[in-house]
Formats: sequence, C-alpha cells, structure tokens
Amino acid sequence: MDEKTPVEPEHSVPEVVTVEDVTIRFAGDSGDGMQLTGAQFSDTIASYGNDLGTLPDYPAEIRAPAGSLYGVSGYTIHFSSHEIYTTGDQVDVLVAMNPAALKVNLKDIKKNGIIIVNSDSFERKNLELAGYAENPLKDGSLSGYSVHSIPITKSTLETLKELNLPLKTAQKCKNFFALGVIYWLYNKSPEITLKWISEKFKKSPELVDANIRVLKAGLFFGETAEIFDTRYEVKPAELPKGTYRNLNGNEAVALGLVAAAKKAGVNLFLGSYPITPATEILQFLSGMRNHGVKTFQAEDEIAGIASAIGASFSGSLGITTTSGPGMALKTEAIGLAVMAELPLVVVNVQRGGPSTGLPTKTEQADLLQAVFGRNGECPVAVVAASTPSDCFTMSVEAARLAMKYMTPVILLTDGYIGNGSEPWKVITIEELPEMTAKLNTNPEGFHPYNRDENLVRPWVKPGTPGMEHRIGGLEKQHIYGNISYDPDNHEFMVKTREQKIQNIANDIPELEVVGDKSGKLLVLGWGSTFGAITSAVENQIAKGNKVSAAHLKYLYPMPKNTLEVLKNFDTILIPEVNTGQLAKLIRMNYLVGAVQFNKVKGTPFKAFEIEEKIEEVLKGLGGKK
Amino acid sequence: MSEKAEVKYTAKDYSSGIDVRWCPGCGDFSILAQVQRSFPQLVGVEKEKIVFISGIGCSSRFPYYMNTYGFHTIHGRAAAIASGVKTANPDLSVWMATGDGDCLSIGGNHFVHLLRRNIDINVLLFNNRIYGLTKGQNSPTSEHGKVTKSTPLGNIEYPVNPIAMAIGVEGTFIARAMDVDTKHLQALIQRAHQHKGTSFIEILQNCVIFNDGAFDNYTLKAHREDRVVYLEHGQPMVFGKEKDKAIKLDGFTPVLIDLKDGKHSVNDALVYNEKSKELAYIISQFSDNSAMPLPVGVFVDLDYSTFEDDMTNQIAEAKKKYGEGDINSLLRGKSSWEIN
Repeated sequence: MDEKTPVEPEHSVPEVVTVEDVTIRFAGDSGDGMQLTGAQFSDTIASYGNDLGTLPDYPAEIRAPAGSLYGVSGYTIHFSSHEIYTTGDQVDVLVAMNPAALKVNLKDIKKNGIIIVNSDSFERKNLELAGYAENPLKDGSLSGYSVHSIPITKSTLETLKELNLPLKTAQKCKNFFALGVIYWLYNKSPEITLKWISEKFKKSPELVDANIRVLKAGLFFGETAEIFDTRYEVKPAELPKGTYRNLNGNEAVALGLVAAAKKAGVNLFLGSYPITPATEILQFLSGMRNHGVKTFQAEDEIAGIASAIGASFSGSLGITTTSGPGMALKTEAIGLAVMAELPLVVVNVQRGGPSTGLPTKTEQADLLQAVFGRNGECPVAVVAASTPSDCFTMSVEAARLAMKYMTPVILLTDGYIGNGSEPWKVITIEELPEMTAKLNTNPEGFHPYNRDENLVRPWVKPGTPGMEHRIGGLEKQHIYGNISYDPDNHEFMVKTREQKIQNIANDIPELEVVGDKSGKLLVLGWGSTFGAITSAVENQIAKGNKVSAAHLKYLYPMPKNTLEVLKNFDTILIPEVNTGQLAKLIRMNYLVGAVQFNKVKGTPFKAFEIEEKIEEVLKGLGGKK
Repeated sequence: MSEKAEVKYTAKDYSSGIDVRWCPGCGDFSILAQVQRSFPQLVGVEKEKIVFISGIGCSSRFPYYMNTYGFHTIHGRAAAIASGVKTANPDLSVWMATGDGDCLSIGGNHFVHLLRRNIDINVLLFNNRIYGLTKGQNSPTSEHGKVTKSTPLGNIEYPVNPIAMAIGVEGTFIARAMDVDTKHLQALIQRAHQHKGTSFIEILQNCVIFNDGAFDNYTLKAHREDRVVYLEHGQPMVFGKEKDKAIKLDGFTPVLIDLKDGKHSVNDALVYNEKSKELAYIISQFSDNSAMPLPVGVFVDLDYSTFEDDMTNQIAEAKKKYGEGDINSLLRGKSSWEIN
C-alpha cells in the first residue's frame, strides 16, 4: 500500500478475491477442540450452498500429551463453487494452534499457502515437544508461505477478563477465536455457530456468553488487525434444486437404517458394542427412541450381533455395527444367521488392521474378510458405500436385501467416509425403494424352509398361532427344517444358500461407466476411493486422456454386467487402500488381471496420486496386464 | 381374547413329537417332562407366545423337543440371543435351556450381563458338572481334583458356585432344583414364570454316562431328606426325615443344630428370607460343604424393574416429549438449506 496516500481510511479495506475451491485445515492438540471447530465451519459453509467434503483426523488417544506430535488432531474442509468429490489434495489455509500442529501439517500446505498460528503457543516447551530447535516463526523457514501470527490465547483471555472465569475454562474458548478469524477471512456469518453455542451450553449461561464473546472477538480481530490484505469468497456451487443438509457417513448409516425399517414397517433393533470409528452409529440410534428404535449396548461384540439375530428371529430388523476387530468376533454368529436364514445388517466401518491396528485411521482391508471370512460354505451379501452420503443409500440397500432375501448383509464403509461429511440432497421416505417385511402369518402349508421363487424362506414372528417351529445352526432338512445329517441334503442346502445370494444379482443396478464405454484404460474402484478416482478421471478426461471409471457398490454378488464392462477395456487399474483385495476378487471371478495401485498408510488416496498413476499406465509404464 | 384365555393345554401339546435323543437315563428327560407338565399351568400364556432359546451342548437340544417357537443357536450365546428376542418382542415368554459349559464357561460373560440387566428370561441351567456332548472333559463346575478326560491327573481348577455368582451379579430370582425331585422342580418353574425379570434355576442334573451319580450324595431318595434343606420364604430352615435338624445363624456363621439335643428348639432355627441377598449368599456357601445340607429352592426373589419395561417406558416418554418420530423431519435434520 502506498504510504503517501493522503486520506487513509480508518482501516484498510481488504480486497475480496473470488476463488473456486478452498481447503482449510484446523489443527491443534487433541484437547483443543479442533474437531468441533471444523464441524462448525463445515456446517456454516454448507448453509451457503457450497459443495464440500470434510476429513477429521485425530489420534487414538483421547488426550494425548499436550504439545506432542502424535497428539495433533486435525479437521480438513474442502469447499467449492463446483461439485467436488474429495477432501482436497493440498491445504490452502492451515490454522495451527501449536508448533506440533504446524510441524505435522506443513507438508500438506500449498506453496504460498496461508498459515495462521497461535503465536502464544510458540514458546520453548512446545517448540521442544514438536522437535523445533529454532522457532519457525522467526528463523525464516516459512518464507514460502503467508504466515499470520496471532496471539490467540492472550486475545481470548483478554476478551474474557471481566467474566472472572477459571483460567482453564477461559483458555478452552480459544478455538472459537480461531474460528472467528476464519469466518472473517472467508466472509461468512457466524450465525450457525452462535445458535449452536447457545443450544450446547444452555445449562451454563456463562459459557454461552464466554464462547460468543470469543467468537466475535476473532471476527473483529480479522476486521481490525490489518494482518490480512485479502478476503476470500467462494461462490455457491450449482447443485440441483432441493433441500440439502450436511451429513457424515456414520449418521447416514443410522438414518438409512431407521428409514428402511420404517419403510418396511418393522421395528429396528441395534445390538452393538462401542468401537472406533463405528461408535457414532450406536450413539445416533440411541437418540431415536421416539422413532421406536431399540438400542442394546451389549457386553461384547458377540452379544451385539447375537442380540440382533435374536431380534430378527422375533420379527424386528436386527442390525449390528462395528469395525474390523469386532467383525472378527462376530464371524461365528454371522454363520448362524446364514444357516437360520434371518435378515441382519452388519455394518463394518473399516479401520487400519490387523488386530487393533490403526483405530482412528482409514483402510479398505476387510473386503476379503467380508466375502469369505467364515467357517463352512457361508455366503452373505456384501455391499459398500462410496461417499459419506452414499452410506445412506447403501444402508437402505443393505436393509432391503436382508429382508427380501432373509440373509445377513455386510455393509462396508470406513473411517474416511464414516467420519467425513458432505452435503446431501435430502430425500423423503416416499422416495425410498419399495420394501416390505414379509412376515408370514398363514399356517396353511407352512414349513420353515419352504422357499419362494428367489429361494427365500418365510419369516415368521413368534407369537403367530399355529406356526410354532424350531430353527438353529445345525444343517436343516430342505423344506421342513428338521435337523438333517443326510449327505445329499447337505450338499443341496449348501448350493441353495449360495444360489439364493447369487439371485441378488438380478435385483441390483448394473455397473455404470463414467466416460467412454470402451477404451484403453478403466479405473475400477470400490468404497471410499470413489472421490479420488472420480476427480482424477474427470481431470484426465478434461486433459484429453482416454480413461474411464467404474465403481463397484455391490461386491457379493457383483453386478451381472461386470465382466462385460471389464472386457471393453485393454487395461484395468484398481486403486485400493489395501494390498489388492478387489484385484484378487476380479481375477478370481472373471480371470481378468488388473494393474494394482495400492496404498496402506491409514490415509485416503489423493486425486493427484491417482492421476499420476493413470498417466504412468497410459504411457505404458504400468504393471503387467 | 377371552376365548383364548380359556385354552387348556396338556403336557402333550408341548411335545414336538420328534425322537428325543438323550442317553437313556439322562437327567434331561426329567427336566423336559417337568417343563411339559408345568407349562399348561403357566397363567395367561398362549403356546405360540413361548420361545425356547439354547446354545450348544446336550441340554441345548431342548428346543427341538418343545412344540413352541425355538432357536438352537451357537455355543455360549443363548443369553445374548434371548436378550434380543425379549427386548425386541416383550410379549413373548422367553425360556433358555443351557448347560454348565454353555452358560458358565463360554457363555459366562453373557450370563452375567443378562442377570444384571434383569431381562424377563427364564434360565434353566442343566448343571451336570461335566462336558457331556464332547464326551467327558471337566467343566467350570467340576470339583477340584476330579479326574476327567482332559484332567487325567486331577482337576487343578476350583469350581464356580453358580448361585453365589448369580447373587454377585445382582440376579433377581435365583433358585436351585434337582432333576429327581419332580414336584419341586415343577413348582420352581412356575415361580420362575411368575417372576418379572431374569429367573435363574440351577438344576442339578445327572449325566449318566460321564459323571454318573454326581449328586447322589444329596439327591438319592434314601437320604435326600437328611441331606437337603428346602428353602421356604418365612419358614425356619428345618430338615431331616424327623424334622430334627436345623440351621442357625451364629453371627455371620451358619451352624447346624440338633433339635433333639435338648438345647435347641425350632425357635433357634434361621427363618429364611428370600428378599435378603446377604442371607442368600451365606446359604449359597453350603455347596460342596459336606458338613452342611444342600440348600434347594428359591434363594432370592427381588422386585426390580425389567430392562424391556424400562426400554418401553423410555420410548413412550420420548414420544411424549418429542412427539411421535416423523421420519422425514429426521432425514431433513436440524440445519438444512434450500437450493432454488
């Protein structure tokens, strides 16, 4: 700015620059409230009509030692004025509440990106904990970025001085100061957060007052401190008309199952044991008593699924929710539900494995477990959600198939889409696919293992007169359901159970191809890689490269046209967050080899990684066909 | 409805008619017979409302022999499955047949939590102190030192005391019966049915093949009355053919007294109180104490709310407070926006 300008306004008015696409990350100690801050910002952004994707990333420890590198918790929001599929490859703005948060996230920040730090936390102890020999704010190492040092802690305490709050309580408000600054920087009204604060702390008015004061102080700071010479504007995205809400994958699963049960006219029963990152589903459903939902927090994973099977036997839709280690424990009970032929939805929000693995990190390594992981010939239907809001669609599908085919259905999601959120165009129960719980009440000619045209046996609610019968895990005699050790009957029943599941292929959508229906390269994915693959392939197509994409949402059985789709391409590329599990299934099912692209680091693919791989394969440098 | 209430069943109506495949002489036959004889008297329960859930083991074949709804499940999980059945559908009368391995070993966790939750399920524990279906290994109720196929040099574990365990985890109805005392077992089945909440009956059951005579020391007719004390609420703990022996409480210590020794009378005898968990625990310690008689009957019968009733009430309360759930407004959520 020209110093000689004769009439200076009281404040310089920053320029407002319109950008298409922004990624912001809030990072701090796991006790700093970064998840909450991020969630508030994304709710606000969503209400402005931007398309968005979010990715929380937090340590397994609830309160890891303050200031440590492994205690850093982050929340990324990618929002845009056009449709987006990912949570952003690189960060435009990092809010770092301490040196550790800066150090952990620096590698993800764009060249010339904005870094906002809480300068109060850059003192000797925190710098040491983060492994900084010199203060990075002073040694010039951040010269490639636009760094804004703000005394966030001091400003917060100063704002709250007259309220005489305990020091710890006052310090806890500092995340709202950072949020206020970001609201100012992106020209957003804090209204949604103000409302949220008033609701959240309604029992302690002093906290409502404190948090609101700090949030506003952050906004005013942005306005008056003259440290930003630019504000940014991201215009609303052109999304189809309708009612929208922000939805994360776990909440979407809960809503989908409630809606499906209501649509089918049955009661919903959840048996579950808390496990990261699936616990939220249990919590959401526990709050839906006025919808008649019964939740049973069981003594262990086995009791979780066992109680759900009991509920299904007694005429409700039984569901259980878990993650990898819990899935391992439920295995025997899934076998029982296969044998007893009862409806059951098993949701596995996958996380890094094996064993306890990486509880808070994402992975797609339970696919083969879902398809094969049981004793005996034990087919179950397996479906997978591809985005946070697709968790709604696929949980409805899982429930529909479970009831229609009297079978357990495994729904695979993962930590990335389970915790991640995006705007969802709200649908009503009337728009859901038709489904009915066919509870049989006619004793005429009834036998428990009589089958309909899809080979499905009848579901009978105990309490129905004249239809008393016994089922169980022992092999059943065809039609009559008595115990049978007959060798021919056993083989017949094994084949019948398999055929029943295969019949589902007639009842699911075909595999769709994005881009040309044939060509050199098809990128085939499943589950949460959808966003990165779609972005990458759309970018490549825009660049003029010949590449298409297809995404499997039904893994067992697969859509009937899968082989037909694959045959139309010279090369199949399969990116997966595992060591190649879908690639194995594709080879096994269709004798089609694929170029594998695997990443097992607890983090989702970035679109640019897939783009690079596509280009590499297209240049003929990729793996073997 | 009134027509239905008048339906009179006979024991035969509860038999599924398929061949019963327990070993000849097995105590399970008696338990099956007593259940079938008692059930016609279950007040106000239509046959189609009865569900039998079992796990794995000899006893767990039970549901196949009952002409009711039944589910023979997987090892140890009967309590968890039954919990789902009853919670999801509280109208049903849910019964669980289980054994000492199924209930106390592999299923110990579920058993503990079932009792604690007080779900209205009636648990019949067939305790024969041995693994029968796998042909003779020690079970969690096998005696210390016992030689079995998997403890050829003697069992170096101590047995669990099912009654004391049930008291410890806040069971609200805890009883013990013997397969050979048919009338007493029938009476306890009725009491279990009447009790609101989890009812637990440990039935001492003879495994004729792998642990024959395990309870003969107490249960043989010749000396049963002298070695078994029947607990009765409000009644003195007197036993013996001649009603000449009694239990007296000396501080916290139970002592055996002789009513004919001229020093004691029936007034010295402990009056049993099934509302007292403390008393029940003291009496439960008679097990495997050869100096004391074996207590059978109802140890505790307490009145607590049941899990499924609390659940039903929560749903009713939530509907009253927030209104009958409207699915479309749930889907829309609290902060939606319009794009026009």
